[in-house]
Amino acid sequence: MAVQEVALARAPEMHPSIITRLHELVVTVDHKKLGLMYIAAALFFFTVAGSMAALMRLQLVVPNNDFISPQVFNRLFTMHGTAMVFLVGMPILAGLANYLVPLMIGARDMALPRLNAFGFWMFFFGGLLLYFSYLAGAGLSGMGSAPDVGWFAYSPLTARAFSPGMSTDYWILAILLGGIGSIVTAINLIATIFCMRCKGMTLMRMPMFVWLMLIVAGMILLAMPPLSAAQIMLLLDRFLGAMFFDTQAGGSAVLWQHFFWIFGHPEVYILIMPAFAVASEIIPVFSRKPIFGYPFMVAAAIMIGFISFGVWAHHMFTVGMSSIGNTFFAVTTMLVGVPTGIKIFNWLGTMYGGKIRFELPMLFCIGFLFQFLIAGLTGIMLAAAPFDWQLSDSTFVVAHFHFVLIGGLLYTIFAAIYYWYPKAIGRMLNKKLGLWHFWLFTIGFHLTFDTMHIPGFLGMPRRIYTYDAGRGWEVFNMISTIGVALQAAAVLCLVINLLWSARKGEKAGDDPWDAWTLEWATTSPPPAYNFEVLPKVRSRRPLWDIKHPEDPDWRYE
Amino acid sequence: MADNLNIHQIAVVPEQVTNIFKPLATPSESIYQISLLTLAICGVIFLIVGGLLVYTIIRFRTRSNDEQSEPPQIYGSNQIELAWTVFPILIVFVLILVTARTISDVQNATHPPDSLKVTVVGHQWWWEIRYPDLGIVTANELHVPVSDPAKPRRTVLKLQSADVAHSYWVPQLSGKVDLIPNRDNYMWFDPKQTGLYLGNCAEYCGTQHAHMLIRVIVHQQEEFDRWVLEQQKPAVDNREVTAGRKVFLSTSCVNCHTISGTIAGGKFGPDLTHLMSRDTLGAGAIKNTPNLLRAWVHDPQKLKEGCLMPDMQLSQQELDLIVAYLSTLK
Amino acid sequence: MTSADALSRGIESAEWKLPSRRKAALLALILTETALFSIFVAAYVFYLGKSLTGPYPKDVLELPIIATICLLSSSLTIVFAERAFEQEKYSAFKLWWFITIVLGLIFIASTAREWYRLITKQGLTISTNLFGTTFYSLVGLHASHVIVGLTLLVLVLSLSLRGYVKQRHAEHLKMVSWYWHFVDAVWVVVLTVVYIIGR
Repeated sequence: MAVQEVALARAPEMHPSIITRLHELVVTVDHKKLGLMYIAAALFFFTVAGSMAALMRLQLVVPNNDFISPQVFNRLFTMHGTAMVFLVGMPILAGLANYLVPLMIGARDMALPRLNAFGFWMFFFGGLLLYFSYLAGAGLSGMGSAPDVGWFAYSPLTARAFSPGMSTDYWILAILLGGIGSIVTAINLIATIFCMRCKGMTLMRMPMFVWLMLIVAGMILLAMPPLSAAQIMLLLDRFLGAMFFDTQAGGSAVLWQHFFWIFGHPEVYILIMPAFAVASEIIPVFSRKPIFGYPFMVAAAIMIGFISFGVWAHHMFTVGMSSIGNTFFAVTTMLVGVPTGIKIFNWLGTMYGGKIRFELPMLFCIGFLFQFLIAGLTGIMLAAAPFDWQLSDSTFVVAHFHFVLIGGLLYTIFAAIYYWYPKAIGRMLNKKLGLWHFWLFTIGFHLTFDTMHIPGFLGMPRRIYTYDAGRGWEVFNMISTIGVALQAAAVLCLVINLLWSARKGEKAGDDPWDAWTLEWATTSPPPAYNFEVLPKVRSRRPLWDIKHPEDPDWRYE
Repeated sequence: MADNLNIHQIAVVPEQVTNIFKPLATPSESIYQISLLTLAICGVIFLIVGGLLVYTIIRFRTRSNDEQSEPPQIYGSNQIELAWTVFPILIVFVLILVTARTISDVQNATHPPDSLKVTVVGHQWWWEIRYPDLGIVTANELHVPVSDPAKPRRTVLKLQSADVAHSYWVPQLSGKVDLIPNRDNYMWFDPKQTGLYLGNCAEYCGTQHAHMLIRVIVHQQEEFDRWVLEQQKPAVDNREVTAGRKVFLSTSCVNCHTISGTIAGGKFGPDLTHLMSRDTLGAGAIKNTPNLLRAWVHDPQKLKEGCLMPDMQLSQQELDLIVAYLSTLK
Repeated sequence: MTSADALSRGIESAEWKLPSRRKAALLALILTETALFSIFVAAYVFYLGKSLTGPYPKDVLELPIIATICLLSSSLTIVFAERAFEQEKYSAFKLWWFITIVLGLIFIASTAREWYRLITKQGLTISTNLFGTTFYSLVGLHASHVIVGLTLLVLVLSLSLRGYVKQRHAEHLKMVSWYWHFVDAVWVVVLTVVYIIGR
């Protein structure tokens, strides 16, 4: 099917009009185009949601600031969180998986290409619907407004009585759509990975990236429905007068929290596993060594996947669970630290004894390792339930999960962009601009989020639109906000680089990094059918085997 | 610092910290202990792993004279994997034991019968405070006795919510506990020093979550007893402000506010019986001064945007009368 | 020449079999649906006996024996249909397939009757109490899956009546049948939780 499509696309003219090209995007079922569309849409939403964060930081730069009203502030953090998780994190992982998994396993497309396109458009229109709430949230009668219930939308704040208007319904429906999109993507990934591998690509010869995406897909299958179910219940409450979360009628507000976090915690790992996936590809290539302890890396990832479904209530240490409940969830949460530690140690083991090349993808991966280490350790602090009684819902928690999601996930996404852009576009990204991006972002990130831990120790709760002077929070908030400016400048460098290099960048060639997985075995950018002849593999590093016929990997596996 | 009987002067306490590392009660002290241990363990891990990472980066960087050849290809080692699996498990085991003990110490503590029992009910965006055994209802500012070693005295809070989820957090006294509708939660502390303790609502609860501040005023026992006696009295009935009282009672103020001994019996807003014994208005949004009180009654939306008390559209004359009346509610 | 060309050469092609992607996708779908149902079942169990006002399950629920027999036996008839299809006995296939649809319709009709009775006679709606809320949403979620299944079944029947269904569609039919089995299995859980334990 893919081959036919390319013939059609090339036939009419050499420089198709913009309408033709847009039309091609709308009707495409090609995994690479969809992958890039996912990533482009996610980067767009990233800049929007990032600007919202910048507005919040501006509001908090000094005490008693009145730059932004409380209503607007509450919408900002709700939309920022919701967008970053569902419109940036999820689609970017879908985009990377879409683009890379078929290439890495030597396939011509995903298993179910049309379902793939369906998933993308569900996400995309879900995203537009969420932002449309700014124009229409309060219904026809009043001024529009966006949801303002926080990204985890605790009941009963979401009940009709406390959230009149339609804004909360926009939140529910947009995320439901996005959730359906994620689920079909996950189904597709699983079918692709199990059923589309090229000859010789046994499960234990798959690149780590593919393994981790397989685990992510499995987790999405089990984690997304609880959220959808809870959202359906909330819709029934809001529109049909059901009482799932109606505390006046004997309903339980805590039930929502359970359902949400049964989704929400695996979701955190769903978002961080792609970071592991990227790091597990890049670190070996730039250390010039195979990944250390491959079977252990696979086992650790599966362990994390399993344990992540048994830790959700560590978000709820303060809701008044029994001491047994609190202890149980503290134990499981700390146990996640063990396989996570194994992963960090194995990356270290990969670098140890290698010849590390400090190209941009590797720089971002090293940043990831440091920051993820810190995020893991602050996570252990939060897992100690009594410590969490102090830190929960403070800015410490905000700093912690931004270390995970920016220091961890976003850094590897940047690494992935620098690493695979040459493959997708055929040209290298500019290194000088990339270095500016790396250093500005790293300094900005640490200014913002290292300091953000401290007001948490000093009693500053999250999600407050203003604060009084005199509690020692001022200086840290000031520094946090300054850091945002640097991060924004860094992202600007990236955007310029992406646009400029697409036309003027150095030609990349098939395999600019001297790498080992199958995506580098085809042209850059790959043809619509990916591989003219489907490859056959005998080891985890098929290209190493070709480049080193005297010492191929398959001798050792 | 709290020797003076006048509660108003207590508001000006030298130390307005809400630092979790300066605990002044048993629960916050227990948490402080475990947090130090956790921080120390995490710090050591960070130094070791971070150090290894830095060492690896420096030691194994590509040197310019040696770019071509590939390093030895090492695929893994079962012994090393075993080591870095077992070692973290041991650390986790230690942490789990300590955590379990602290959880039990704080959560399963049995309280002596003479403990002060207080019910705190979260509202959007203020705290209703009830002393069921003493027959006192007040708002936002929690008064409790100090617990000195010679005569320990605990305060046990029963936490409830009238609307959405809130969270009660006074860092120096205890970790936070949520207030959730249709559910009773509990929190306890035994403040070691008199003075003012600040805190915040720590669960996002809507528009004015930021201005849902907590003030806990810790008194010497005798002083607390005097405060209790004052609060137990019905509202002052001052002849000079009869006109203001009349205006107050004839407007819709009474639908939301209670003033004991009058027909004002509303439950949606704070009890005003002893309004002037409080230091702040709007759950800590502003100081309770004559000017600010007037501004508040005039239009609270200007001082705490989005709060549930509307602009009452009072005339200047009504405003003067009502404020004069409220100012007598000591 | 790309490296892929090199990779395609020189390796002896051993036996290389991969599972069917339709089956993999459908199993994944069933897994995710299971998670969805689990949450609704969990909510039902959590709110058992927590309704503040009546009517209560023990007063109004009757064991849906006929509906259950119909739905469970439809799992058998669809297997017969599949077997007939494999043996290329197309009339038998259509007949069994048709019986499956009829059994499914009887099930839906009996659910509809039950709801009608509950709403009009017992005054139990989704907004009456927690029992109503959880009952209608769980049973309704299942019923909506039955309806989706019936739609698929009818689609297959109408296509096969026009002679469009060929042997190469055997796997498609199998997928419909798997989905139908899943819907049946869920009913066993719903029946146990709502009509047996819940009463």
